Amino acid sequence: MRAESRPGGWYHRAMVYLLFLILLLPLAGTLLYSLSTSWSASLLPSGLTFKWYVALWSEPRFLAAFGQSLLVCVGALLLSVVLILPLLFVVHYHFPRLDALMNILILLPFAVPPVVSSVGLLQLYGSGPMAMVGTPWILIGCYFTVALPFMYRAITNNLQAINLRDLMDAAQLLGASTWQAAFLVVLPNLRKGLMVALLLSFSFLFGEFVFANLLVGTRYETLQVYLNNMRNSSGHFNSALVISYFAFVLVLTWVANRLNKDKP
Amino acid sequence: MAGTRGRYLAMLCLLPFALFFLVFQIAPLGWVAINSVQAEGGWSLDNFSKVFASKFYLQALQRSLEISFWSSLFGIIIATLGAYSLRQVDSKLRDFVSAFANMTSNFAGVPLAFAFIILLGFNGALTLLLKQIGLLEDFSIYSKTGLILVYTYFQIPLGVLLLYPAFDALREDWRESAALLGASHWQFWRHIGLPVLTPALLGTFVILLANALGAYATVYALTTGNFNVLPIRIAALVAGDISLDPNLASALAMVLVGLMTLVTVVHQWLLKRSYHAR
Repeated sequence: MRAESRPGGWYHRAMVYLLFLILLLPLAGTLLYSLSTSWSASLLPSGLTFKWYVALWSEPRFLAAFGQSLLVCVGALLLSVVLILPLLFVVHYHFPRLDALMNILILLPFAVPPVVSSVGLLQLYGSGPMAMVGTPWILIGCYFTVALPFMYRAITNNLQAINLRDLMDAAQLLGASTWQAAFLVVLPNLRKGLMVALLLSFSFLFGEFVFANLLVGTRYETLQVYLNNMRNSSGHFNSALVISYFAFVLVLTWVANRLNKDKP
Repeated sequence: MAGTRGRYLAMLCLLPFALFFLVFQIAPLGWVAINSVQAEGGWSLDNFSKVFASKFYLQALQRSLEISFWSSLFGIIIATLGAYSLRQVDSKLRDFVSAFANMTSNFAGVPLAFAFIILLGFNGALTLLLKQIGLLEDFSIYSKTGLILVYTYFQIPLGVLLLYPAFDALREDWRESAALLGASHWQFWRHIGLPVLTPALLGTFVILLANALGAYATVYALTTGNFNVLPIRIAALVAGDISLDPNLASALAMVLVGLMTLVTVVHQWLLKRSYHAR
């Protein structure tokens, strides 16, 4: 390759390996710790074992938290798709000028950190007619706002790539109604882009802690809250928990990456 | 399409979205904004004067800014060097490391804090090891330095992701032309490379700032909420078990939102000025 023939090639390789090493170190350390019988004040642990993983994966509270996290994230993503897809379709097909307004609105979840929203959410929905604090429902609603900026941008890019207007016009010229054109022509064309956006959103929603801890806590324990509540248990057990969580997210992002690459 | 009827139907499709956005995004922010200027049953700026007269809250603000600034600075330096070199190596290594950086961008918050506690906490494996060989004197992961270290770690992948495309603006033939005209490596960066990249670098820097300013999970998990930064103070005033004061929390929250808005506006402005937008 061109890069390797250049005299500075070794420098760039070294920098990339260094970057990789920096990012890898905490993970590798945690992985090793989760596999060791005990590890203190020596270069390597004294023995290797799978017992922490066995203990973790047979712990009912962990499995429950894992399942509850899955439910909340899947629920939030379903809600997001149901709300965002029609929005995007209408904005791009009927009111393109709304896109500018939407681009400002989707900055809100970014400019307002979850800890700020939580202050209002706790007061507004703590009691009264819309009491939701302490239930998974409030998390599903909040996670929709967390995923919104990313989903909106990702699907917009996809819509632009498929030439929404031409596609709709062609379908209607061939006798399809607006609904048929949207569901049978546009949606299948968005499928892959949508899958990638959903997988990536899932991977960061799965790691959400602030809303989960402040609004719901142990009343509907998600994985992150469980992890935080286990702070006083064995470090090896916690490492197994961290690694299991990360491995799960790793697989999701890896699949999303693969899908993204195969995209036509 | 039946003209106006179609447009009304289309408007109707926007309603569910608008409703949910109102309930979960606008209303909470509105509540915070209004209640930050409410005290003892009336409109007043008491909450804000309380915040700015208190050494405790000013310390939280100062520490938030310090940790955000230093972690963003270290983060962007490492990310810039890394992203630039990533573009110069063969595609196999590049794809692998950028995919890995992509994945580690999700390694933040509680799991990240735990990984650092396990390795560098009081009885962490690395701490004991480094102490034994005398490389470590009195470092603590629970201190400001420790927090800057952990924050820097989660800034790096984000910085790499954001900066990687920015190097597109720097065309390879410019470097060759510059070299042909007798410019040294240093001169190229001083007069061409850095000026072209500046908007992107600054833009990424403010994103990292915002990322660190709003971060709550990492510092909470690392110090069980005992380290004085802005997000920790806000949460303690609405969900703590000592003294609850939602109005004061709202004022603090508005200070944070003000900082974030400033950062977002600056970023949008830089984005418009950036080289590849032209």
